[in-house]
Amino acid sequence: MANEKKKMFTPTQLDYQAFAKQHEPPRPLLRNFTRAFLVGGFICVVGQALQEFFMRYFDFTEKTAGNPTTAVLIFCSVLLTGFGVYDRIAQWAGAGTAVPVTGFANSIASAAIEHRSEGYVLGVGGNIFKLAGSVIVFGVVSAFFIGIIKTVWKMGW
Amino acid sequence: MLVGHQTWVFESKPVILGSSAIGGPFEAKGPLADDFDTLHGDLLLGQDSWEKAERTLFEEAADKAIEKAGLTKEKITFMLGGDLMNQTISANFAARTLGIPFLGLFGACSTAMEGLALAAQLVDSKAAEYALAVTGSHNAAAEKQYRYPTEYGSQKPPTAQWTVTGAGAAVVSASGKGPRITSATIGRIVDMGLSDPFNMGAAMAPAALSTIEAHFRDQRLDFSHYDLIVTGDLARVGHTILSELLPKHNVHIPLDRYKDCGMLIYGDNPNVWAGGSGCGCCATVTYGHLLNRMKEGKWRRMLVVATGALLSPISFQQGESIPCIAHAVSIENE
Repeated sequence: MANEKKKMFTPTQLDYQAFAKQHEPPRPLLRNFTRAFLVGGFICVVGQALQEFFMRYFDFTEKTAGNPTTAVLIFCSVLLTGFGVYDRIAQWAGAGTAVPVTGFANSIASAAIEHRSEGYVLGVGGNIFKLAGSVIVFGVVSAFFIGIIKTVWKMGW
Repeated sequence: MLVGHQTWVFESKPVILGSSAIGGPFEAKGPLADDFDTLHGDLLLGQDSWEKAERTLFEEAADKAIEKAGLTKEKITFMLGGDLMNQTISANFAARTLGIPFLGLFGACSTAMEGLALAAQLVDSKAAEYALAVTGSHNAAAEKQYRYPTEYGSQKPPTAQWTVTGAGAAVVSASGKGPRITSATIGRIVDMGLSDPFNMGAAMAPAALSTIEAHFRDQRLDFSHYDLIVTGDLARVGHTILSELLPKHNVHIPLDRYKDCGMLIYGDNPNVWAGGSGCGCCATVTYGHLLNRMKEGKWRRMLVVATGALLSPISFQQGESIPCIAHAVSIENE
């Protein structure tokens, strides 16, 4: 693929692309990783604390406590998105806020807010899964295939 | 009058009678805040959508420029304008409000100088008495259309640029007092095969080089002719690249006279990554800051090279590279 793409360009274009690459300030990877680890980890610690809370003070088991925990995290993420803070935290935290369930909630809430001006049906309804849609599609499709593999495995081997 | 391959020299030297710059809350915190005519504290400008906010910026810029030129909108022969929205709705809808005979333009961020060059040409060829050139952009409206919803948390790389919330306008006339437009060079599309929409400075720099080269070649100008050469929105990455490309291509302009609007508008603010961009960037900086300093006598001659990246969200998703263009307008103090 990379070679195929290279053939499309003239030597002058390739020269310039290499030259431009040299002048591209690199992404601060170490800093991004560290922040993602800290923030992502922090969100998971909060999730763990919530789970313990629901198990200790309410009648939840380890398995069922996941539901209210996720709901609380999603609620907080949507609230922060609505107040216009989530995207600022995300610029700092990168993958730390994108990977946990909070990032998924943010992608849905932000799209809904953004397209409110086009009305509820075509705007909010039509665009709410604009970003989350591909996560759902590929999540469901891969779950389907893994499910088939698991079933076949259990039946035959 | 056509000189060389792609340069117009305006014999009547059309005058910029009045110009305006309108900005948003983030621009108000920048180092050029004093050079804006109006600054808004509310990103929505009291409207209920980003698109309407951009249109309002556009209308205010047009009104202010006409007012500062000492005219009324009925006197304006033609209005030329464009923006970054699909189907250039900000310009079209603002033209509906203003009711001035209108020509819509799209040159992405290069529209500022595309409009000014055409306005000068209309006036110089006596096709118009007063021509109004307007351009604007809105940060959130551009993010919504080109990237992600504004509240979506995505991390941007250091080469990214911040779209300016602002609009600028200029009224051009054959006579009167004010800075004069002496020539303009219409650029050709340059595409070096770069396709990263988060690094438009690097994609646009060769287009700026091509236009600057043509401008000096067509008129056989001395490289020290201008006190200031300013590019539209190459920002820090593109500015560094062009500063190296110019001498390599034997365009020996004194590099201390070369500036970029995308760097001027926000100064050293690290939150805008490489710098400012958008139709409003070149327009507000030129029609506000640069013309003000010129009137104060800081510069006698300047060349404004507005750069534009002509991509769309669809062309990017289909893996196309970014075609770029730059138009140059030479402005001299009378």
